[in-house]
Amino acid sequence: MSATLEKGIRVLKEVIDAPIASYFNSCVHCGLCAEACLFYTETGDPKYTPIHKLEPLRRIYEQEYTLLGRLKSMVGLSRAVTDDELDQWQELVYNSCTLCGRCSAVCPVGNDIVYMVRKFREGMSASGHAPAGIKDAVTRTVTVGSPMNVKLPAVQAQMKHVEEDYGIPIPLDAEGAEYMVVLSSMEIMNFPEYLAAVAKIMQQAGKTWTLCSTAFEATNAGIQIGNSDLAKVIVSRIVEGAEKLKVKTVISPECGHAYTALRWEGPNLIGRPFGFEVKHIIEVLDEFQAQGLLQTEGFETDRLTFHDPCQLVRRGGVIQQPRTLMNMVANNFVEMPDAGYMNWCCGGGGGASAIEEGEELRLEAFKKKKSQFDAVKPDRVVTACANCRIVLEESLEHYKMDIPVIGLTEMIAEHIPEPVPQAAAKPEGA
Amino acid sequence: MNELQFLTWVRGTGLNIAVAIFLLGVTWRLFEIYSLGRKKDLSAPRHASGASGLHTVFRRSLAPPGMLKRSPVSYIGGYIFHLGLAVVVFLFAPHILLISNLTGLSWPGLPSQFIDLAAVVTMAAMLVMLVDRISKPVKRFLSTFEDWFTWTVTFLPVLTGWMAVQHLLLPYTTMLALHILSVEILLIVLPFTKLFHAFTLFGSRWYNGRVNAHKGVPV
Repeated sequence: MSATLEKGIRVLKEVIDAPIASYFNSCVHCGLCAEACLFYTETGDPKYTPIHKLEPLRRIYEQEYTLLGRLKSMVGLSRAVTDDELDQWQELVYNSCTLCGRCSAVCPVGNDIVYMVRKFREGMSASGHAPAGIKDAVTRTVTVGSPMNVKLPAVQAQMKHVEEDYGIPIPLDAEGAEYMVVLSSMEIMNFPEYLAAVAKIMQQAGKTWTLCSTAFEATNAGIQIGNSDLAKVIVSRIVEGAEKLKVKTVISPECGHAYTALRWEGPNLIGRPFGFEVKHIIEVLDEFQAQGLLQTEGFETDRLTFHDPCQLVRRGGVIQQPRTLMNMVANNFVEMPDAGYMNWCCGGGGGASAIEEGEELRLEAFKKKKSQFDAVKPDRVVTACANCRIVLEESLEHYKMDIPVIGLTEMIAEHIPEPVPQAAAKPEGA
Repeated sequence: MNELQFLTWVRGTGLNIAVAIFLLGVTWRLFEIYSLGRKKDLSAPRHASGASGLHTVFRRSLAPPGMLKRSPVSYIGGYIFHLGLAVVVFLFAPHILLISNLTGLSWPGLPSQFIDLAAVVTMAAMLVMLVDRISKPVKRFLSTFEDWFTWTVTFLPVLTGWMAVQHLLLPYTTMLALHILSVEILLIVLPFTKLFHAFTLFGSRWYNGRVNAHKGVPV
């Protein structure tokens, strides 16, 4: 599977559709998208203007799909896209774009710029211009099954720990369970509390659930690098697992891109609708709460704020649910400026955190997030994405800010009362 | 060709050519863009109130939270010159008369003193936008020949129209002929430059609204 410029251009021609054509024709070079992009606002460098990141794609569109562009090509007035150029664009398309979607939210002519970046990455990847960091993550996910080389025994070890510590059995490959829980490798390796939290929550709700031995990992670096063929391979594992176990719902972990990959891109990648539902764990918790199946006791009293993962709010529509859940267990919950729909990215989404050479820029861009934190001075930050969490932790440490970051699911689980034998569920909670 | 012959030509043959290129150009460009189509989204939709293509077509006319403060010139200048252009083009009595002669449609206009003021304000706003494009690093970085060219062909009809009414610089007949010629240039250029956003903006906002409404996100 060799990547060549020719292949890349062919892929780019294929991804151009009516929305992209409409978007390129609508751009008036007003530059407002730059004001929405943390890589521009924090560096002041105009090259990070979102629409500029698409310039090679725009030229291919013009040269291939417009009469005037074809005429210009015929008389030698246009410049073909080259390998050197795409190489230069790697920094713009990957390192300085987290697919956060703020540009698409502000463009006055309505251009969905991040939609185009996602498509442009298909051509970048096919022409061999994706960054090594994400390439390696994809290779590991396709060959081993996880971007972090996590294999089933590591998951089983985690399961055993949770079973021993909490006395709650963790079902594996339980056919006919209502929910199938998938994890992110980050949760298996760095945040094992997540699995324990899910187990406690499911036990209280009285729901049947299972992990799947052939599909325990949900992250999809294929989406991030922009390779639909590989993204399909990765997502197919989960589809096959869910269908084999005949589950009703697959629960996407606290990971933004895993959710996008499974919930929105998944059916389009495999070319048919799913026979099961896909929900983010936060959506499931909110449903349990609404149905009275999630009871909590006590409150966190320190000052907490919530960092919205981009793929969950702007790109996923899960906006109110985390706030309802925060208020269940926190009585000093403060919102940052721009929180919710217009929240600023942690700087590491869309595969950016896997790009080593992009670290310096990422930390520079983090100043935006830092200013949000500085505005409300939280004691701790709660989020619902393991990748946001690790990026926030690393960046906060870099800026010597002592603000612990925790996952919302775990925090909720900490407030679930210990089951008392022969006693009805306590009616506490908000 | 004397000035009267010039005026007769721009009002007759010139206008016909310009309108024909404009209409054919717009039709072709719309076809060229929207016939590319798009794939059906196979993921299960999520419904949310306020999220649809149509919502976004309207909502995007307003500045999203926090943006007005970040780029006040773009927004305020943009509103003023777009509204100003609409007022001058569609509410000036002689323009309405022209449209009425061509299509039979007619509506009341505004007093000419008001149109005068609107023209001056529009030109001022456009000049401010031009200065902003030159002085703001992002806008200057993004700008190509097309940006300066389209600014000019949009500005000239307003300037020549205003000068004709004010009887400035050149005899009225000559200035009027130049005004009509400048409008013809604008009509010819519009479908093939960024000015075509006047048409595609609706499609773009709709697609963005539609794609995101599928996810239950009001954008």
